[in-house]
Parts: sequence; C-alpha cells; structure tokens
Amino acid sequence: MATVTLTDANFDSEIKGSNLPILVDFWAEWCGPCKMVSPILEQIAEENSGKIVIAKLNVDENPRTAQALGITSIPTMNVYQGGQLAKTIVGAKPKAALLADLANFL
Amino acid sequence: MNILSKVNPVIVIGSGPAGYTAALYTARAQLAPICFEGSVTAGGALMNTTEVENYPGFKDGIMGPNLMEEMRAQAERFGTKFITDDIVKMDLTSEIKTVVDGAGNEYRAKAVILATGSGYKKLNVEKEDLLSGRGVSYCATCDGFFFKEQVIAVVGGGDSAMEEATFLTRFASKVYVIHRRDQLRASKIMQQRAFDDPKIEFIFNSEVVSILGDEKVSGARIRNTQTNEERDLALTGLFVAIGHDPRSELVKGQVDLDENGYIVTKPDTSLTNLTGVFACGDVVDHVYRQAITAAGSGCKAALDAERWLASQGIFSAEGN
Repeated sequence: MATVTLTDANFDSEIKGSNLPILVDFWAEWCGPCKMVSPILEQIAEENSGKIVIAKLNVDENPRTAQALGITSIPTMNVYQGGQLAKTIVGAKPKAALLADLANFL
Repeated sequence: MNILSKVNPVIVIGSGPAGYTAALYTARAQLAPICFEGSVTAGGALMNTTEVENYPGFKDGIMGPNLMEEMRAQAERFGTKFITDDIVKMDLTSEIKTVVDGAGNEYRAKAVILATGSGYKKLNVEKEDLLSGRGVSYCATCDGFFFKEQVIAVVGGGDSAMEEATFLTRFASKVYVIHRRDQLRASKIMQQRAFDDPKIEFIFNSEVVSILGDEKVSGARIRNTQTNEERDLALTGLFVAIGHDPRSELVKGQVDLDENGYIVTKPDTSLTNLTGVFACGDVVDHVYRQAITAAGSGCKAALDAERWLASQGIFSAEGN
C-alpha cells in the first residue's frame, strides 16, 4: 500500500505536518465509485512517491472530519499544500483526468 | 503508442448488463472477447443502486453490485479477457477496427460491440457544478449518509428517483420529490412505496430553476409549470435523478446516431450502419432501459456478431 490512512485523531496533524502536497481521498465501503477510483489512486501514489502523499480517510469510521469539512459527496479528493486546502476534486475520474487535475502538484 | 498486432475476433466496449452479456455469449462462442469495462464505470449504472427486485431468477432480489459481479464472473469463466480501462479513441470505419485505451494501448478487432451505456443527466441550472459535492449529488447510495436528520429533495419521476427517495428516508428527516409533470413515470410498485412513506412529500408540476446557497446548498428555487409561480424550498441536499444521456460521444461521426445521441440500429437487430459494428444496452435503448432488456440486447449483439464473423469465415479465436 502506497497510501497513508488518516483518522479523526490524526487528520489535522498529518495535514499540517506534511512537507509534500497531500491528497486525502474521502471514501466509504458502500460507495461504488470510491472503490473504482481507489486502485487508480494507489497507482498515482506509487508513480509519484516523493512528489505527493496520497491518503485515505474512511468517512464512516471518521465522521467528524468529513462533517467539519462539509463533505457531502464521496469520493471527494482534497489536496492540501502547506496545511491549506489547495484543490477539491469531486467524483471518480479516469487516471488521465485525475493526473490533469493534479498537474500542479506533481 | 503500444500497438498490439493481433487482430481479435471481437471487442466489447462497456460493462453493464449489455456488455457483460455480450462478453458471455461471445466467450461461449469461443471468440475470446476482450471487454473494456471502464476505469471508473466498470459494472455500469447498477453499481450505484441497491436492491434489484425485477431481474428474473432472484426471487428475493439481489443487490445491484452483486448482480454485476456475478455477470462479470460468468463472462470471465468462459474466457473473456477484461481490461479495466476506458476506450478513448476508436476507428470503426475500416475493415479492421482499432480502439485505443486510456493507457495508450491500441487493440484491433474484426467486430466491435458497443455497450457504452448512459451517463446521468444534469439539471443544467445555475450553481449546479459549483455546489456539486456541497449538497448537490447524483448518487444517493454514495451520499445519503451525509444527510442524517436533514431536509433534502430528489428531482425526477422515474424508477431511479423513487428508489433514491425511498433509500434516502433511511437518513433524512424529510425527502421532497420534485417532478415536472403531474404523474410519475416510475413503476406502480415503486410509486406506491414512495406514496406510502411518511417522510416523502411530492411536489408535482414543478421544476428546479436554480440552486440556492454559496458555500453549500441552502435550498432550491422551484417553478410551478402550470402557474409559473416560483418559490424557495429550504434544503441541505439535492439529489438529481432526471434520467440519462447515451454515452455515444466517441463514435459520433462514425456510427449513425439519432437526434438525442442514441446509436441507431437496424430494426430488430443490433446492427449499426457500419459493417462489423454492433450496439446494445442503454446507448441504443431510450424506451425500456431495464437491466433485463439491456442483458437481452447484449445477447442479440453477441449472436449478430457471431453470425457476421461466421459469414466472414471466422468461427473461433483459433488461428487468429
């Protein structure tokens, strides 16, 4: 697994402490599109290690963070840079489209 | 570009009930199909549904994703090669058809079966894109969880809208169903279930003219289609289930489409205007649009392709 798992407990510290841009994939077990995009994110993580951190947060097990951020659709992929939200991607997309969305961070 | 030199007898593009059934039948005909099931759309529209009650053979119903998993496994059992990627380019006009996937690999085939399905329709109103993921949703099974004890609305009057509304009452305190006509298109049993649900309130003869809210959805402005009267409805979520558009963009200009973008097939067959190109499922069907009719049309496309290949002297994948 090239991805990092985030929880309600470590979300803030991981986002603030990351020297690299960090993409957080908000997902849940019941979400079909989340399952589709998951292996694509794994690939992107492997192919871009050292450039971006790909993290996953299960909204079912960690509802506080998702609620605090106002997330109402999954998958939502938030990219944080220097502790700040830099980009939001909503919905599963093919790899090429995700890479295009992430071009500024890679 | 990586060109794979082998010419396959048949390639199936798409993976709902139509695509998987076409793959199953061509696999059993020993045509060694390659099925491109889509990088994020594999399994098709049923992957985002819950219980399917009207697919014959499952008397207690079956969950949409489970049904698709079974269909895929059945097609795989007989030798379908699945590629979990999208087709991004096709040339279907030559005798040997070529398709290119998202990874840049080019595949060639004698016959192509198009089963690309449909994508959800947007409302096309102000702020829809801006508030997508901020209260506007196209997937009740994915996003219902975020609307616990909230007042939300579903737009639409078909089976999908009824299923979503009924499903969303598990979470929401109230679900409006906004429909532009005075009657629903949904099946009687789905209508009744929604009518009987105390959390669901119907707003007929009404359409959404704009979505309200800046950072997140705070409501919807709806217009009565009879009186043109407008009013605002306070909501935190708006689920769009107003139907689908065929995914035919990629074959436009090669394959004949009707004015709504559906692939035109010769009556009672799956034959398109191009020799060796067949079409099935929701990309063809604007009338029935059921899992079982899609599966049936996938079977027809496979048999049509098999017979056409035989007429070209190709009886199996052997020797190709």
